Amino acid sequence: MCVFTALHWATISPLLLAIIIPFIYKYVRQIHTGWFVLILPVILFIYFIQFLPTVSNGDIISNSVPWVPSLGIHFNVYVDGLSLLFALLITGIGSLVVLYSIFYLSKIKEQLHKFYVYLLLFMGAMLGVVLSDNLIVLYTFWELTSLASALLISYWYTRKKSRDGAQKSMLITVFGGFSMLAGIIMLSIITDTFSIREMIAQADIIASSELFIPAMLFILLGAFTKSAQFPFHIWLPDAMEAPTPVSAYLHSATMVKAGIYLVARFTPIFGGAAEWFWIISTFGIVTLLWGSLSAVRQKDLKGILAFSTISQLGLIMTLLGLGSATLYFTDGQNVEIYLAAIVTAVFHLINHATFKGSLFMSAGIIDHETGTRDIRKLGGLMTIMPITFTMSLIGLAAMAGLPPFNGFLSKEMFFTSVLHATEFGIFNMETFGMLFPVIAWIASIFTFLYCAVMFFQTFTGKFEPSNFKKVVHEAPAGLLISPLVLASLVVIFGFFPNILSKSIIEPAVVSIAPMLADSAYLDVDIYMWHGFNTELMMTIGVVVLGTILFLLMNKWVKLSIYKKERDPFNRVYDGLLAGVSTGGRKLTDSYMKDNFRQYLIYIYSFIVLFLGYMMIHLDVIALFPEVYAPIAFHEVTLVVIMIAGAITVAVAKTRLTSLAALGSLGFAIAIFFVLFRAPDLALTQLVIETVSTLLFLLCFYHLPLFKETIDSKSSQIVNGIVATGIGVLVTVLAISAHNNRYFDSLVDFFVDASYEQAGGNNMVNVILVDFRGFDTLFEIAVLGIAAIGIYAMIKGSIKEEEL
Amino acid sequence: MHPNDVILQTVTKVLAFIIVIFSFYVFLAGHHNPGGGFIGALTTACAFLLVSVSFDIETVKKMIPVDFKTIMAVGLLIAVISGVLPFFFGENFLWQTFDYFDLPLLGNTELATALVFDIGVYLVVIAVVLAVIFTIGEEQ
Repeated sequence: MCVFTALHWATISPLLLAIIIPFIYKYVRQIHTGWFVLILPVILFIYFIQFLPTVSNGDIISNSVPWVPSLGIHFNVYVDGLSLLFALLITGIGSLVVLYSIFYLSKIKEQLHKFYVYLLLFMGAMLGVVLSDNLIVLYTFWELTSLASALLISYWYTRKKSRDGAQKSMLITVFGGFSMLAGIIMLSIITDTFSIREMIAQADIIASSELFIPAMLFILLGAFTKSAQFPFHIWLPDAMEAPTPVSAYLHSATMVKAGIYLVARFTPIFGGAAEWFWIISTFGIVTLLWGSLSAVRQKDLKGILAFSTISQLGLIMTLLGLGSATLYFTDGQNVEIYLAAIVTAVFHLINHATFKGSLFMSAGIIDHETGTRDIRKLGGLMTIMPITFTMSLIGLAAMAGLPPFNGFLSKEMFFTSVLHATEFGIFNMETFGMLFPVIAWIASIFTFLYCAVMFFQTFTGKFEPSNFKKVVHEAPAGLLISPLVLASLVVIFGFFPNILSKSIIEPAVVSIAPMLADSAYLDVDIYMWHGFNTELMMTIGVVVLGTILFLLMNKWVKLSIYKKERDPFNRVYDGLLAGVSTGGRKLTDSYMKDNFRQYLIYIYSFIVLFLGYMMIHLDVIALFPEVYAPIAFHEVTLVVIMIAGAITVAVAKTRLTSLAALGSLGFAIAIFFVLFRAPDLALTQLVIETVSTLLFLLCFYHLPLFKETIDSKSSQIVNGIVATGIGVLVTVLAISAHNNRYFDSLVDFFVDASYEQAGGNNMVNVILVDFRGFDTLFEIAVLGIAAIGIYAMIKGSIKEEEL
Repeated sequence: MHPNDVILQTVTKVLAFIIVIFSFYVFLAGHHNPGGGFIGALTTACAFLLVSVSFDIETVKKMIPVDFKTIMAVGLLIAVISGVLPFFFGENFLWQTFDYFDLPLLGNTELATALVFDIGVYLVVIAVVLAVIFTIGEEQ
């Protein structure tokens, strides 16, 4: 059926609204454009909510519209637990972000139509990514998210930092996107389909294919660049130049999770392989540690949040990696511990979206109301901005993993998963598995630390009015609604986590590990209280050590490593960028010398080497044939004359000598034509040689005196070698071609037909005007063009003053 | 005018006609003997060149009071039309035919449509050679 269903319209509706927004902006100036935008994500959110009962029953909604059917590309929309989870995040947080942006961005100062067009573009693209079943469509939307993200980062395009950030995110994510495309194509080569579901059905075939590892690596590269995994995380902190609503939406809750989505989506295909397990877990855990270590060094609120996002994404990635072991053991042995990792990943995904969104919005409020985000200037805002303070406290406590907020639960579950990692008994986990809980624990300490730093530096201490350009006060109510909603969700999910478990987490887990759909292990139940166990001890350790570190801050802030804010990997990126541009220029300069002779040498050398190689390779050189026509004495004489003429042309000291020698060559050729019985050619050659010699003379008349340029020895040698090469090549080629003649000539036809069919005895002319008159027509056209060209060059030159 | 080149100019006056007539012969003979539009045109152009060398370019321009560029265009047009005409008889582009006619004075003569095409070639080549040489020559 070639009909768009409601789901299709829902997917592309943001793109359609994006078309209308500029008109609304132009004609309805008195109302903030954001209000018109806000309607759509709210409707979409409600629309997606109604899928919840269906999806939690384990049903899947799927609709297909052919797009390029001949290539197997269909616009398939497809809702299962994972898609629905992301769709709800996108539309839900999208609504809140639009609401927030209405109060954040000024109606008067900002170009709102651009902002909302980009934002809607992004929203539509993101919905497309999570709802598409067809990988090419998914890829299309994937790149659209990169594009929309770059546009949003450079929203204040007059600032250099915004443009650089946008360029960086674009380069890195598009690099990953392209490699993902390669992976997709490999998968489609193996399975002969672009549909993810059909690929999952053929997972065994994929696993046994030799393209399995390359396809996996390429797709993971795409996922890692998008989700800011180590070492591709460097674009995310620079993307903080975007307006805060964008940071809250794209760079914490949605786009950076596209990579997570991709990994989760491909787990049924690649999961169970040791490579998948190790790569994702390792990169995830390294990202977790690196992000949390780097976040501590940041002095900018959004900088801290950016690195914390990187770190949390690493956490989710680790869990997905560990959870992929579920697909290795499908027979029930220890399944619950791997499954717990996936459940935790999905749960933390939701939690992170809530608390990080509210934290970004709070940071935006602080920026908006104080004019700075620098934690060295901020301080003592607790009493001045009580609501922001409360929201931040909730968000930061959740991020640090403190009870009773949802972050605590997911952190406990995370610890459980990494602690069980040693028990996996597969993929050599018994040897390296110990590293996971250790690294995770260290990273958690630093997470606690930067949360504490962010909290205490911003809200406690002494308020210094001189640091701020504005009169600091609490934000208007409108700006507070969205973060308040998110913060209350943090609390609600903290106290009642099970409202999520059956409705959304379970279907999402089934999407990631489909073979467990009917399994008894799949019973998601999240408790606040686990009893006194190792995880709780680890959390207590985190709090204690984190507090100690925070109290000792005065000591270690003096370390030089703390002062450097920028991630060291930026130097690699900067070096690469500069290296590519200067290296590219140097490379081009090294051979593009604006020197015509140089280019001729390249061309001739290539001809000699390529043609020579092919002739040797194909073994076609045949210099000594059985039959040559007998060589007459006068022919030899004529050849000697021509050789003398040719040498004279080359070594002559004046132009006139060269010209005369050239003329002699031409006439000798005419004599050859006579000898070989070509009267028409001989006549034409004689006249043309005369006319062209005349023209040469005319030209030389105007030229300055002949200056002999003496080439350097080496270039003379090079020229000599190339010229000899060409000469030898053409000679060998001609003789070999003569000796490798496979077919009879067409000449018999013309001999017979020229009089009988065309009524002419002069076969040459009959061919020229009758049999192949088409060539002649265009040859005279060429002559005409040449004449007009000469005329235009000489008569039509534009005078200086006419320019 | 070069007033002192009396011998040259006198010889030219005679020779130019001979060359032109020869060139016409070469042009018309092309169907059966060596020659044809291209060579004929080059030879005719040489006659005009001779005149322009003995007298000057102005003289030649007076002799041919048409712009060379126009001749060039007309020649190309004739060649193209000779190619298009067969369409009206349901034939392909540039299809040629010939037949024998009893003409007054000339007797039984073969006339080929290829000649029309050749006239086009002839005009273009003359115009090109003269246009090139005169354009460059006038610049002096």
